[in-house]
Amino acid sequence: MAAPAYDSLLPGALDSSYLAPDFIPDSSAVPTTNTQELSVQNAKAFLLKTSTQSGLNLYDHLSRVLTRILNERPNNVVDIFEDISKEMKWLLFQKKLDSLRDQYAVRETYELAEKHKALFLKAGGDEQEAEEEMMETTLPYVTELAFHFEQAGVGLSRDETTRIFLALKQLVESQPIQKCRFWGKILGIEFNYIIAEVEYREGEDELDQEEEAEEMEQESELKDEEEKEEPEDEPPKSTYKPPPVIPKEENRTGTNKFSYLVCSEPGMPWVRLPMITPAQIVVARKIRKFFTGRLDAPVVSYPPFPGNEMNYLRAQVARISGGTQVSPLGFYQFGEEEEEEEEGAIRSSYEENPEFEGIPVLDMVENLSNWVHHVQHILPQGRCVWFNAYQKSEEEIEEEEDEEEEGDEPGEQEPEVGPPLLTPLSEDAEINQTPPWTARLSSHVVPQYALAILRSNLWPGAYAFTSNKKFENIYVGWGLKYNPENYSPPPPPMVMMEYPSGPEITEISDPTVEEEQALKAAQEEALEEEEEEEEEEEDEDDDDD
Amino acid sequence: MNAEALHFSLELVASLGQGLSSEQKAALRASMVLLERDYRFSRILFWGRIQGLQADYYIAQGCTQDQLYYRSVLYSLNCLDWSLLPPATEKMIQEASMVQGRFTGDPSHEYEYIGAKKTDDDEDAGPEEGEIKSIKEEARLVATIALIDKEGAVVPRGAFIRSPQGHIEINRSFQGLSMTEARKLSNYFHYTETLKPQIKTLQEKADLDLATDFLTSLEHDIPRVSWSLQFERGNSVLVMRSLMWPGLIFFHLPMTPHHGYIYIGNGQRNIDLPFML
Repeated sequence: MAAPAYDSLLPGALDSSYLAPDFIPDSSAVPTTNTQELSVQNAKAFLLKTSTQSGLNLYDHLSRVLTRILNERPNNVVDIFEDISKEMKWLLFQKKLDSLRDQYAVRETYELAEKHKALFLKAGGDEQEAEEEMMETTLPYVTELAFHFEQAGVGLSRDETTRIFLALKQLVESQPIQKCRFWGKILGIEFNYIIAEVEYREGEDELDQEEEAEEMEQESELKDEEEKEEPEDEPPKSTYKPPPVIPKEENRTGTNKFSYLVCSEPGMPWVRLPMITPAQIVVARKIRKFFTGRLDAPVVSYPPFPGNEMNYLRAQVARISGGTQVSPLGFYQFGEEEEEEEEGAIRSSYEENPEFEGIPVLDMVENLSNWVHHVQHILPQGRCVWFNAYQKSEEEIEEEEDEEEEGDEPGEQEPEVGPPLLTPLSEDAEINQTPPWTARLSSHVVPQYALAILRSNLWPGAYAFTSNKKFENIYVGWGLKYNPENYSPPPPPMVMMEYPSGPEITEISDPTVEEEQALKAAQEEALEEEEEEEEEEEDEDDDDD
Repeated sequence: MNAEALHFSLELVASLGQGLSSEQKAALRASMVLLERDYRFSRILFWGRIQGLQADYYIAQGCTQDQLYYRSVLYSLNCLDWSLLPPATEKMIQEASMVQGRFTGDPSHEYEYIGAKKTDDDEDAGPEEGEIKSIKEEARLVATIALIDKEGAVVPRGAFIRSPQGHIEINRSFQGLSMTEARKLSNYFHYTETLKPQIKTLQEKADLDLATDFLTSLEHDIPRVSWSLQFERGNSVLVMRSLMWPGLIFFHLPMTPHHGYIYIGNGQRNIDLPFML
């Protein structure tokens, strides 16, 4: 056998240079023919022994491996010999390992492909309809938007953009939409949100009708509550008065100016986000949470968030829009009608300036005052227009006249004022010495055709571009504001007083001996005086008789 | 991610919303090839971008013979001219962790911070006011890249093997993870030499392969949910985003050997993560 000779070479075999290509380990052994045949047969018999575990034998396996190697002829085959051997074994087993789970995964893929395919099918349109569509469409040109943002190194992949484009087309066709814009994408842990910003045609908005219905409901609920009988033996009432609820802004105004629709994957149905309430914005500012990607997921946080992830998403969208939607100076202007109004009123609407000439790109990059916010600033209260929560209705005033003694009413508050609409970005506040915006050219090699790119440092993921008369905003990110310091949740409020502290319940220190004696003496004196008085009275009585 | 397949790979991770412009991609394609020639790298990887206020750092990594150890890190501000960064030291990482705020984009910018005084020598003295120290942005960049590599670099199981000589090599027989395997975090490894493989359970030990399982899997990361694992493009691409380092994204095409990771972000660790889940 050649084994000993081969063994002695083994340590050196690790070094590949040691093994010459023409090295033949068997050449040293020259046994006689009989014994040679016998040993070959013995060896072959050993190799043909079937394994009790896998049912394979080494002889067949080796021949299969060598056949494959000779067929494929990979480089440096000795390095990957083990892997090839392993793979050949796997191949033999694969038929039995076929499981249902793999098939399930594949089915999911098909379902999604089915939905994507539906995007490309026309919604049963005639040719005439198609012509109408050509004439007037509210569909945003997402492809162009993607083209511009690609130069900035921002944006989604091309086929995702196309799918979003088609999904938006479906949306515009199916609903009475006056204005539609691709707002952006918010990443979640499980799924992502694709967000469209729309404005419904007036009168055809479902929410308008719903609102009326809601008001009716609320009224009837109030009546119901009044009718309810109070239990006789009730626990002591809490003296805690919740701060007044700040009403949400009406549809089409302030933070609810636009409606937002989301879907997790193009082709899935669009879900309309509910209207935002100021309380949700106020709490959203205090918490820091990742989105999960499921609209109905609860938001577990402190302070507690009023609503589920759907409302949280809407709050973040409103905050991002309020902070990062910008346009070149002069693109929008205030309507003439509103200028005639009182100066004190906050102007909330604007119109496109037909005479806008465009600002040179270099100026847009060098001077931030050429950019303006075109979405109203959200006040700390959570509204765009300040609401005086302590304004009293007549009834309340009467009631308060009765209760004037309490006197700890917060009274009139200073109205919160934010920067007016169309304020230049150069007025934005810095946070921790971080400038809120970074502007640059999209290309330094060919500046003639470059775009001006604006990146928000406060909301990582928010970008804007402009060139000539075009501009657009997009947000793709986690939906979280940049936080220069570590987040720490706000501390819980102070513990409330259990009962009003008064003289009856405060503990009094025990009187000293001297005090007791003094009291005793005083009491005795008083007694004596009384007795004397009584005696006098008796005397008087006697006199009468 | 591999520089040769940069174009293809960037398209796969585009769901992050950030990428490179066509001009930058073209510039990188040219300059990285030259980089490979000049530094005699066997393989060059585009690592990502760290965004600063004024400028961005583009970062590349070059491997020599070994795929894991002794990787050289280079940065560029314009995707054309590259400068070599020194290897990260413990001291650098420690110092850089004291600095807060965004990168500026100027490598020679000096951050000032109040250094904590070492209490080893004089424990009785109590906490004293540390002196003001300064650290260069270049050093902070080195430390940040090292940290991200340590906590965020990911490879699928089996993509690299440790050869009997101890080198880490690309596994040429790696055919990709199957669809079922790709859904499990235990099939992804931290691609770093600094983490020691954790003590395994009996079940894990049973199918342990010393050649492939020489790294720590993501399964034991703390906190539990520090990765967001999703399938995209009609279930054909696995995409994994780090929640600890927002901006780090890993992709793998199941049943193919294509995989890679890239970081495009601010270079700041999300230390608020425990509050955010």
